[in-house]
Amino acid sequence: MKYIDEYRDADAAKKFTVAIHKITSKNWTLMEVCGGQTHAIVKFGIDELLPEKITLVHGPGCPVCVTPLELIDKAIQIASKPNVIFCSFGDMLRVPGSQKDLLMVKASGGDVRIVYSPLDAVKIAIDNPDKEIVFFAVGFETTAPANAMAVRQARALGIKNFSILVSHVLVLPAIEAVLSSPECRVQAFLAAGHVCAVMGFAEYFPIAAKYRVPIVVTGFEPLDILQGIYMCVKQLEEGRFEVENQYARAVRKDGNLPARNLVDEVFRIVPRKWRGVGEIPESGLGLTENYMDFDAEKRFEVSEYTAEEPAECISGLVLQGIKKPNECAAFGMRCTPENPFGATMVSNEGACAAYYRYRRHLSKIQTAEGIGV
Amino acid sequence: MCLAVPGKIISIAGDDPIFRNGRVNFGGIVKIVNLSYVPEAKIGDYILVHVGFGLSVVDEAEAKKVFEYLREMGELEELKEVSI
Amino acid sequence: MKTKKSFNPVCPIPIAKYPQILLAHGGGGKLMHRLIEDMFVPAFENSLLGARHDGAVFDVCGARLAFTTDSYVVKPLFFPGGDIGSLAVFGTVNDLAMCGARPVYLSAGFILEEGLETEKLWRIVQSMRCAAEKAQIEFVTGDTKVVDRGKGDEIFINTAGIGIIDHELTIAPSSVQAGDAILLSGDLGRHGIAIMAAREGLEFESEIESDCAPLASTVLELIYEGIEIHCLRDLTCGGLASALVEIAETRGLQINIEESAIDVREDVRGACEILGFDPLYLANEGRFICFVPNAHASRALQIMKSSLFDSEPKQIGEVSDSKTADVILKSRIGANRIVDMFTGEQLPRIC
Repeated sequence: MKYIDEYRDADAAKKFTVAIHKITSKNWTLMEVCGGQTHAIVKFGIDELLPEKITLVHGPGCPVCVTPLELIDKAIQIASKPNVIFCSFGDMLRVPGSQKDLLMVKASGGDVRIVYSPLDAVKIAIDNPDKEIVFFAVGFETTAPANAMAVRQARALGIKNFSILVSHVLVLPAIEAVLSSPECRVQAFLAAGHVCAVMGFAEYFPIAAKYRVPIVVTGFEPLDILQGIYMCVKQLEEGRFEVENQYARAVRKDGNLPARNLVDEVFRIVPRKWRGVGEIPESGLGLTENYMDFDAEKRFEVSEYTAEEPAECISGLVLQGIKKPNECAAFGMRCTPENPFGATMVSNEGACAAYYRYRRHLSKIQTAEGIGV
Repeated sequence: MCLAVPGKIISIAGDDPIFRNGRVNFGGIVKIVNLSYVPEAKIGDYILVHVGFGLSVVDEAEAKKVFEYLREMGELEELKEVSI
Repeated sequence: MKTKKSFNPVCPIPIAKYPQILLAHGGGGKLMHRLIEDMFVPAFENSLLGARHDGAVFDVCGARLAFTTDSYVVKPLFFPGGDIGSLAVFGTVNDLAMCGARPVYLSAGFILEEGLETEKLWRIVQSMRCAAEKAQIEFVTGDTKVVDRGKGDEIFINTAGIGIIDHELTIAPSSVQAGDAILLSGDLGRHGIAIMAAREGLEFESEIESDCAPLASTVLELIYEGIEIHCLRDLTCGGLASALVEIAETRGLQINIEESAIDVREDVRGACEILGFDPLYLANEGRFICFVPNAHASRALQIMKSSLFDSEPKQIGEVSDSKTADVILKSRIGANRIVDMFTGEQLPRIC
């Protein structure tokens, strides 16, 4: 497949790997923000190829993982209502709320449907005029344009039985939160390529300057990630802290203007709570006044209540890159994808799930060492 | 969550900008994709598609640069070896 | 005589977690595995069930037989390359073939929903007739039930099959040995994607057909040509990954495979990329893996190549002597990762 296969070429990957080894002279800690990149790193074994001096930590780049418990519970309440068809991306279905998940609502008779695009939900609304269709609008800036267009199209078509439950989060405030944390050990960032395809990367310049960290906009294929890592390490070794664009075939400095314009029209910036991290001001999106009639939280009576995470879950520390999944006491034993404590184990892109699927034997090694074997 | 896949536009339809869409071929599977955000895209272009929306037209010249970068790295290495 | 463990009537599956059956419990992945291991096996435990293979193999008055059963709930009923009827024949015939048996007789149980069009049923039955001829089996007994409208989703079919084993090989995970070559009979994912396409109305440049096909004659040819087959497995629900993980776990040996040796057609890959599927977990209805001593591998591949239609068999890996019982995949770029059993369902009601 064009623009995919060539970026998985084994020889080219080897060349980048050799080059990274050659230029690394000190210990460096890099963070990749996007869950899709975490997944690619673990799936292709990229972190295994890197020199020991380079540590890759995984950031809060999984919007599924960071959707707060309370919002999952609200989704479950709405999905359980008899007249509702609840539509969602597949990976939200098994994220645990405080009692259950959306898949269990489906098993109990709720009409919960997996869709691949918010426009599919709009179509369902057109085809089912006597039902209420709710779409779980989860995602980073990458998905906001799609959700904005779904709402815009619904308005243009006069659709009254469609609403969205918004759980949009923004990457930049998350990166700043990570960098300003006193425990932060991140020295360079691989910025999320598809978020930047929408938003551009002009906003990263002041961050790179303020915190003196190199930021490289990076794609998702193995060669992209290896090149992104190479560019970060080169900057670190040379004492630079600039913004560079590895993913130039898809990302322009100003991003996608029509997309940004519609997102600005339909959404506004709001404070958002990040599961496992806490509230980050101005880190989320909510609907503007003009589009508030599409807000599912307003349309349905859903009770507010706070919920507690299982005490052992360290999702928050994993999402901030402070701990790795296999440093969690419950990892791979009490907490597994079939019995997850937190969202990072459920979502296909959650760091814990990625580690479990591809690396769980490390936890066995750790356990063995822990008991002095 | 940020899964975006490159595909080739094989046809375009729709006059209203918010409903403009096209048939896009991903290695043999064809899907209808909303093209509102890539108004400059034309038939034959490759676009990055995320949840049914085109987000960006793939720049062929930039796409090749990853490999030029590699080649340059290789040449630099040869130069270094020669000068040692 | 073996004394049975006392039967404990308390449900072993955490009720708090799964008070109801989920679709994933039929998906061929971990949840289904858990359901079988924690509920069915302890309830019915015996040594034949313990073999954990596609069918049971036993002696009856000096004849070695294989016996298997499968139920078919595929949606939609008709899809490119097959239908619920042909699937019901080939699926069960293939399970017998995976035991190294020559399939001879099948039974067919039909559960029909009130309101099902008779013409549809006729098409399915005709398809079963053709498939039976192709697979060289006969239907010798059956049953028909009808349930009220709304209680049955058109048609469900169960087929059970008996096959004869007229060779001395023990074909089962227990026969797998360190050093065995692992051969894969063809490219992955066509059935899963064909079903998906029919169900979701996906458009393809050229239609993807299910790889649904009988495998017994290929397997028997391997056996009669003297290939010392240690284990066979078809790659239905849960795909290649689940089959390998099950065998590695049952046998207690590590399996190493190479991603670059596993074929996936470009259109299937395209579908996987945009739908977010992993071809290693997609269902196939005409593909199998074969564990043979390394010395027999190239001859086995030759036989498979000439016997199979529209698929390219390849060696994809080997069994190592390590006892960690993981399946390790060497990725395209040369680094390793563990292949696990899928947790839930990628696609429900695929077979």
